[in-house]
Formats: sequence, C-alpha cells, structure tokens
Amino acid sequence: MEILLAIMIGVLYASGIYMMLRRSLVKLIIGIILLGNGANLLIFFLGRITKGAPPIIPADGKVFSEAFADPVPQALILTAIVISFGLQSFAIVLVKRAHTVVRTDDLDEMNATDEDS
Amino acid sequence: MTQQLILYPLFLQIAIGIILLFAWSRIRFQKVFSIFGSILSVILAGWLFYYIWNFGTQTVQAGDWPAPFGITFVADTLSATLVLLTAIAGLAVSIFSAGSVLRDRLRFGYFPIFHFLLLGLNGAFLTGDIFNLYVWFEIIIISSFVLITIGGEKAQLEGAVKYFTLNILASMIFLTAIAVLYGLTGSLNMADLAGKIAAIENRGLVQITGILFLIGFGIKAGVFPLYFWLPASYHTPPFAVSAIFGGLLTKVGVYALLRVFTLIFTGDALLDNILMVIAILTLVSGGIGALVQNNMRKVFSYLIICHIGYMIAGLGMFTEIAIAGAIFYLIHDIIVKTNLFMLSGVIYRIKGTNSMRDLGGIYAKWPKISLLLFIPLFSLVGIPPLSGFWPKINLIKAGFSGGSYITVAAIIFASFITLVIIARLWSEVFWKEGKELPFRSNFGYFSKMKNYKRLQFIVPVTLLSIVSLYIGFGAEHIQELSARIADELVNNQGYIDTVLNMKK
Amino acid sequence: MRTTIILKTASNYLLPVLLLFSIFILLRGHYLPGGGFVGGLIASIAFILHSFANGLKRTKELLIMHPGYLIPLGLAISFSSGLAPVALFDLPFLTGLWSHEPVAILGSIGSALFFDIGVYLVVVGVTLTIIFTISESA
Repeated sequence: MEILLAIMIGVLYASGIYMMLRRSLVKLIIGIILLGNGANLLIFFLGRITKGAPPIIPADGKVFSEAFADPVPQALILTAIVISFGLQSFAIVLVKRAHTVVRTDDLDEMNATDEDS
Repeated sequence: MTQQLILYPLFLQIAIGIILLFAWSRIRFQKVFSIFGSILSVILAGWLFYYIWNFGTQTVQAGDWPAPFGITFVADTLSATLVLLTAIAGLAVSIFSAGSVLRDRLRFGYFPIFHFLLLGLNGAFLTGDIFNLYVWFEIIIISSFVLITIGGEKAQLEGAVKYFTLNILASMIFLTAIAVLYGLTGSLNMADLAGKIAAIENRGLVQITGILFLIGFGIKAGVFPLYFWLPASYHTPPFAVSAIFGGLLTKVGVYALLRVFTLIFTGDALLDNILMVIAILTLVSGGIGALVQNNMRKVFSYLIICHIGYMIAGLGMFTEIAIAGAIFYLIHDIIVKTNLFMLSGVIYRIKGTNSMRDLGGIYAKWPKISLLLFIPLFSLVGIPPLSGFWPKINLIKAGFSGGSYITVAAIIFASFITLVIIARLWSEVFWKEGKELPFRSNFGYFSKMKNYKRLQFIVPVTLLSIVSLYIGFGAEHIQELSARIADELVNNQGYIDTVLNMKK
Repeated sequence: MRTTIILKTASNYLLPVLLLFSIFILLRGHYLPGGGFVGGLIASIAFILHSFANGLKRTKELLIMHPGYLIPLGLAISFSSGLAPVALFDLPFLTGLWSHEPVAILGSIGSALFFDIGVYLVVVGVTLTIIFTISESA
C-alpha cells in the first residue's frame, strides 16, 4: 500500500512538472492541478497511514487506548484542497481571458512583456 | 483590552475588506473609506509596535488551543516593525490609488482586494505556525493575481500568466516542504519545530527540507536563478499595484527566509554557504540586468532583485551584526521601493511615457517635484546621510570580520552599479533636453489636473520621502531597533519560550 | 445547447431536494463528515444543474440577487462568529462558544455553526460567480 502510494505521488509530481514545461497554456493548468494533487497526497502519506483507526476517543474512556490515525494531515489537506480549488478556477478564467486577448495558446508567443519600451 | 492587541491589525483589515465589498459599486465611498481605514491601521500598528517595544514578544492562541497544538500568533519586534511598515506603505499606496487608478479598474473591486492583500501581509508577519504561514501566502497571491490582472490589457495578461505560474509553483514547493517537515517532526508550530529539528539525527534529510523551503521562498523573494517572473510582470499593472508589489511582496519572501532560517534550520554550514552564493549572484545579476533596461519600471524591477541580495547576504553570514544590517536594509527597502514605483507613476502622468529614451527635461519644467523625487532616488543609492547608506556599513563590517571578501566585493559592486543606474536615470529623465512627445488627447496629464487630484499623487510620495529621510537622519534609532531584532533572531530561545510556555 | 425534457423536468424537482440536502450536510458537519464547504458546493451544483437545463437567465431570475453579494455576507457572518468570543468574553479569537441547552434537531449550538454558515454562503457565492462568469463569456 505504502509503496504504491509513493509511486503514485512520484508519478503525479513528474507528470505535473512535465505538463508545466509544455508550451501550451491548457497543459500548464493541467500540470498545476496534477502537482497540487501530488502535494496533497504527499502530506497524507507523510502523516503516516493508519488503517481503520479513526481518532475518536470512545465514550467510556479519557485517552486513546491504541494507535490512531493522525487527524492533522487531513485537516491540512482539506485546507490545501480548498485553496487549490480557488487557484485553479482563477487559472482557468485567466487562461481563457489571455487566450481571447492574445489569441494564442503558445507561451512562446507571449512576449509582449519583454518588448523594449 | 491589550491581550489580543496583536490580532487587531488583522481584524481591522478584514473589516475594511468586508465593508468595501458591500459597497461594491460606490467608488467615491471606497476611496474615502480605504484612506480612512489605512490611517486607522497606521495608528493601530503604531500602538502595537509601541506595546511590543516596551513589553516584549506577545502571543495569542487562536481558538484557545494551547501551543504547539493550535495556531499561535506571535508578535516579536521584527513582526511588529514589519506590520508598522506595511501600514505606512499601505496608507501611501491607498492615497496614490485613489488618484491614479482608472475608474474602470476601481469598478472591479480594486480597493477590497487591496485590503485583503494587506490582510495577507499582516497575517504572514504575525503567524507563528508554518502551515498558517502557507495559508497567508495563498491569501497574498490570490489577491495579487486579481490586482495584477484587473483591467485586462494584453501585456498585463501576459505578465500575469508568468507571475501566476511561478508563484503557484513556489506555493506547491512550499507545501511539499511543509509535508516533509511534518513527516519528520509531527509538528507545525515554528517554535516547537526549532527544538524538534535540532534533535533529528539524519542531517541530510533536514538539509533537503531546508533547501525545499529555500526554493519556495526564494521564488517569492526573487533571488538569483528564480527571479525571471519578476521583471516580466512588475511593469505591467497600474502604478499603484506595482508600488505595493515592489515594496512588500518580495519582502514577505525575505521575511519568511529570515524567520525559517533563524528559527528552524539554524547552524547548518551548507545552507548558509548556499545562501551566500545565491546572495552574491543575485547582487551581480540584478545589477547587470538593470543596466540595460530602458523602461523605468523595468529598471526598478531589476533593482528590487539586486537589493534582495543584500538581505540574503546578511542572512547568509549569520552573525548578529550582519542580520542587523539585513533588517535595516529591509526597513529601508520597503519604504524606498514603494516610493520609487509611485515616482515612476508621477513621471508617467507628467510626460505620458516611462521610456527613458523619450523622457527628459522634467527638472526644467517641474523643479519642485524633481527635488521631491530626488530623495527616494538617492536614498536608494545610499549617498551618506540618506537611508540606503547605513545598513551597508553593518553588512560590510560583518563581511570583513567573517572573512568573506567576495561578499564584500559583491556588495560594493552592487552599490556602485546602483549609483551608475540612478545617476544615468537622473540625467536622462530630469536633466536631458526633453523631446516633444506626441500629445495624447484622452490622457490625464499632470498639468491638466486639478489641485486636489495632484495632491493625491504628491502626498503619498512626500509621506514616504519623509519616512525615508527619518530612516536616514534618525539612523541611530533604526540601528538600535535592528540590533534588537537581530538579537532576538539569533538568540531565539526567548521566542521559543514565550510561545511554548504560555503566560495566561 | 439542446436539453432533453427529462433533464428539464427533473431539474425543477431536484433543485429544492438538493438545497435541502446541502443544508442537511451543513448541519451534519458538527460531529460527522460534512460541513459548510461541502454543503456550499452541493448547493451551487443544484443551481448549476438548473442553469444547464433551463438556461442561465432563468436561474438568475430564480436567484433574485447576484450571487456575488453572498460573499461579503458570508465573510461577515464567519468573521463575527470568530470575533464574538473576543468582544463578549475576552477569550482568544475563534474560541468556540457553546450553548448548554440543546436545541431540537440541531443539538447544542455553538459559534462554530455560524462560522460554517458563513463558509457555506461564501462558497455558494464564489462558485456561482465563477461559473456564471465563465458561461456568460463563452
């Protein structure tokens, strides 16, 4: 399970970076999304995986009696997901606007900012 | 009443943001309220600074969860100083925006987003939790994305795409670094992390985590190999936006580097050496980049990069005097860089262009304004009584006593190149015979403006010039302040104790 | 875009059901999986589905005001729920305040519920604004 997750995270990071390095704007967004998912899974993975032990103290106890899943990474991931949701929707709108104004999908043709003026 | 004083700047900015959102289309109200709120925030930040200066580091545990489990807000002298500087720069830019930003842009919520940006900055300076720092960074970049794209011109959108991509990448790397850090220690509170990281046996892993943080914050701060987004985007948005970006956004990256590398990853020779190399290359490449530019705002963008190098060099040397120099430079740089971009806005309004080739003859026509603009320009260079001079003494002294002569050489080279650039800019823009530029009929020239409108350009520049004159002539006070901050940063036990042993 | 009559009819009935479900999810978030964010997303999906079937114009008429106004409203509710402990009891920001008497259906009410309601409104406002803007300019 853990080795699978590790490979999965590696693949997500690698393909995310690869997509970001392409010249197309749409692929750039796909890259950002993949990279974000990779980062979220990494938090989950590094918070140690504990199966079937929710961090809930039984009604008749005061402390945990056995090993339990760490709830903090999940809270972090939830926050990170919400943030990346906002960023990605902004990215899509930005790329759409950029495409209608600049009329190209190719990042290499976006060089108005380097013009000497 | 004063128990949660350190959160009041945040409350104020949220409240201003929400009220401005409710008044979405009432632009005149937004202008007045934004300036009023900014004045209030300067007063509040001054109070906070006064309190921290007299009573030392303060903390608040959000939600009453004790550290290190909950989110802690900490205000030490560094945080309080930066919150005060943010408030001052925010006030100046708020007045400047009211005068200079076009109505079409103000209609799309410029002012509320501007105050959310200030909220993010204040939050980043005040938090004591590394993940919370990430969240504040995201608030900052989302607001800055909106500010940089508002208006939607071609160059602006292209600049925004570059700005956006690199900043997102920086956030992802920062998040990855947090994940690794959490995996290593199981904690997120920075004071708690300081002890836990020091206890880890596997130093290689710690170094890699440190380098991940360095890359993440380095992109945001604009250090040597990672700065290319900055000159590609900072000259595209409205001048007021450039001013707040140039003054504060890269400095948040520097602040994060200062905090993380003085508190969590300390005493690591490899990381310090990497910081030194980066600092030297940043100083040199930023300076050379600025030499060949023609657009004033691009010149200033490269100078931002160049001068980030001073602060990184101070951090890399990691002696108390070097860090004091870095802090002094940080204080001076926030005020001066904000002022420089507003200055280029004033010149744009006078002549209708920012190209140094076409500009000229401003001194002959506007002698008083030229003298006013002289102050920020030559503060940047650091002609002795002005503010840029004093921190460099600290840095060079630290360089000599630490035996890092290459750094000293790079610092002197960068100062010299800044002098050349500013002298050239002065002669091109102010002294040279002005060309006749084609008259643009629908452009709001400075000479056509009414007096109250002119004041909205002149008052913020004057305000920041006075502050930078104070930093120059009252250098003794600032030196005392930076020495105290450096002492707190290097001897971080005080910070850790205050955060972890909550005084109820 | 042509929509089938099945979707058109179904969406009219689905809208209230989905909205009710979203409020259920919002309130459930106290002790069980759920909460303001998910609830808000479900509510906005309900409106988006309605706009797919009946056109954007009909959905906007249904909403009366622009969804953007929900953003400051939700922010204000969330912010004041965090501020309440500061203002009333001088406790740190965001400290949970709880009523001791349980209310019918809801259980005991705390400031966390109001925070969640604020989140719900912000999410609905933001999502609908984004989707409406994208589909209007398409």
